[in-house]
Amino acid sequence: MTQAERDWPLWEVFIRSKSGLEHKHAGSLHAADATMAIEHARDLYTRRMEGVSIWVVRSSEIVASDPGEGAALFEPARDKVYRHPTFYEIPDEVKNL
Amino acid sequence: MYTQGLDQLGRSELHVSSADSAALEREFLAHIDREERIEPKDWMPPAYRQTLIRQISQHAHSEIVGMLPEGNWITRAPTLKRKAVLIAKVQDEGGHGAYLYSAAETLGVARAQLIDQLLAGTAKYSSIFNYPTVSWADVGAIGWLVDGAAIMNQIPLCRCSYGPYARAMIRICKEESFHQRQGFEIMLTLARGTREQRSMAQAALDRWWWPSLMMFGPSDADSMHGAQSTRWKIKRISNDDLRQRFVDVTVPQAQFLGLKIPDPDLLWDGERQHYRFGAIDWSEFNEVLKGNGPCNHERLAARRRAHEEGRWVREAALAYADRKAARAEAAA
Amino acid sequence: MSQAQFDYLLRLGDTSLILAQRLGEWVGHAPAVEEDLGLANIALDLIGQARLFLSYAGELEGCGRDEDRLAFHRDVPEFRNFALVEQPNGDFGATIVRQFLLDTYQRELYAELLRSKDERLAGIAAKSLKETEYHWRFSSRWLVRLGDGTADSHERVQRALTDLWPYTNELFDADATDRAVAQAGIGPALGTVEARWRPAVGAVIEEATLARPAERGKLTAGKRGMHGEALGYVLAEMQFLQRAYPGGQW
Repeated sequence: MTQAERDWPLWEVFIRSKSGLEHKHAGSLHAADATMAIEHARDLYTRRMEGVSIWVVRSSEIVASDPGEGAALFEPARDKVYRHPTFYEIPDEVKNL
Repeated sequence: MYTQGLDQLGRSELHVSSADSAALEREFLAHIDREERIEPKDWMPPAYRQTLIRQISQHAHSEIVGMLPEGNWITRAPTLKRKAVLIAKVQDEGGHGAYLYSAAETLGVARAQLIDQLLAGTAKYSSIFNYPTVSWADVGAIGWLVDGAAIMNQIPLCRCSYGPYARAMIRICKEESFHQRQGFEIMLTLARGTREQRSMAQAALDRWWWPSLMMFGPSDADSMHGAQSTRWKIKRISNDDLRQRFVDVTVPQAQFLGLKIPDPDLLWDGERQHYRFGAIDWSEFNEVLKGNGPCNHERLAARRRAHEEGRWVREAALAYADRKAARAEAAA
Repeated sequence: MSQAQFDYLLRLGDTSLILAQRLGEWVGHAPAVEEDLGLANIALDLIGQARLFLSYAGELEGCGRDEDRLAFHRDVPEFRNFALVEQPNGDFGATIVRQFLLDTYQRELYAELLRSKDERLAGIAAKSLKETEYHWRFSSRWLVRLGDGTADSHERVQRALTDLWPYTNELFDADATDRAVAQAGIGPALGTVEARWRPAVGAVIEEATLARPAERGKLTAGKRGMHGEALGYVLAEMQFLQRAYPGGQW
């Protein structure tokens, strides 16, 4: 319906609470760049917390292990964290996606 | 771009023979039966994936569209405190929509595609947000009844079989409790107020009661997706059971407020220990779902306008990001 | 209580309140849900500030007017906000420009107010400063993205900057209230605030590849109750319920 618009890339967010020991995966969000991703993460995932540490990583940069030998019949080897449509087939002329 | 991802989705399914497929399905069901969560990289039947994409995205759309009927009263809230609380509530709803789109994206669909479906009118969202908020009491009624119904629906979803959806729901439920309390408190203040305020509260209850009951969806016998969703532990409690719970919990609250529920057939059944209630007019529900509710048009128009008018902003942000990255590369 | 002190608190409270009111219009209509949250977050903080400033003003006045009495039962000439913040939202770019100009001001002003001889005011400033840092990061980063984004976005924010620039004159135009407050050690000399505001704004404007408007333009006096036509509509919407149903508890 709308003409093709490049969407903001997807980022995974990791938060360590003020008294926390490690960063935990909180979810994902869309942002145009890393600075915006941190700002969005602060608004979206830490609205009620002070003194938190935020990591954001491009979802397409994450390398994930296979679910494990118990799930013998899992999805064919794809090392992405999940199968997001934008992780693949990036045309040469489009940068940073 | 996102259609290419979906092509890959199709290709991978084709590699699996029907014998393997049966084995995969058995293993998958065993996971479900053991109350183990299904995670994004696990094999899942295509229909499971599609059902979840549909349900999670509808839920996400509902949160986003749901910002509008209440957002409508932010500039007119009657005290500074009420204004602040209402902004916080609507902000939460936006956040919930974002969490849910994130959960849907783990299933291999892009948020942009889901939003396009919403704006094209091909995606559904909760019927309740197609009703207008015409008085301040409506804000109270939405918090009390609509959020009350939503909570009832959402708590079982925290035990949904799909990991990302369940985790999003846990996060959402934690934030949800203040929403309903805020709404009820508004109703209480009005119910104890001037004659005009009491009328305002009663009128809102009259308008929002039946649409709230319809939120739980049609009776499971008439529901298309019910049986499969139950088997896959996406749906943990039936529509009718949730609706009954809601009525049982809410009627005493209305009595406390001194307001009358607009149902002449409402009656306590001592034997069953439940409230019996009148027949729901499903024709109204169907009209709203078809797009003929009081505000369907306005809601979509508002979202389309926001999306269109914001296009230059989103594009500018990307252009800036590209330029910054190019500079960084050149400097390196 | 001095009239000047009361007036000064109203200026601080009304400015935050009217800006919050304008931002409230954006909720559900921003370019992306994340920006909805960002703007709502700022509005929420500003209302918090308004409540603190106005409550204090009402207490000092000693006539039984609380924050809501002041917010919902004064008419246009009694409002003391800068004319800048009552300007219509325009597009997202215009909203960002307005926000940035005011955020940079509040950032410098609240930092100065930490030293106020009025301890309660200093306390409010301390709390508000933390929030304003965040607002400023949001608005300045967006100004840079839009100024240095596409040709279209650049043109839009340049136009907004040119249109809104004259409204900043009022921020530094020291009048009797400003002088009395500075004399009493309650507020800073505006010259100090201006000396920080100009380079701070200049730096971001430059990074955004925008041009600082050359013309000084008109001088407004919203802080003395001289407003344009827009504020009347803002108040009509904001105050409707309390005016239509007098005497109610909400």
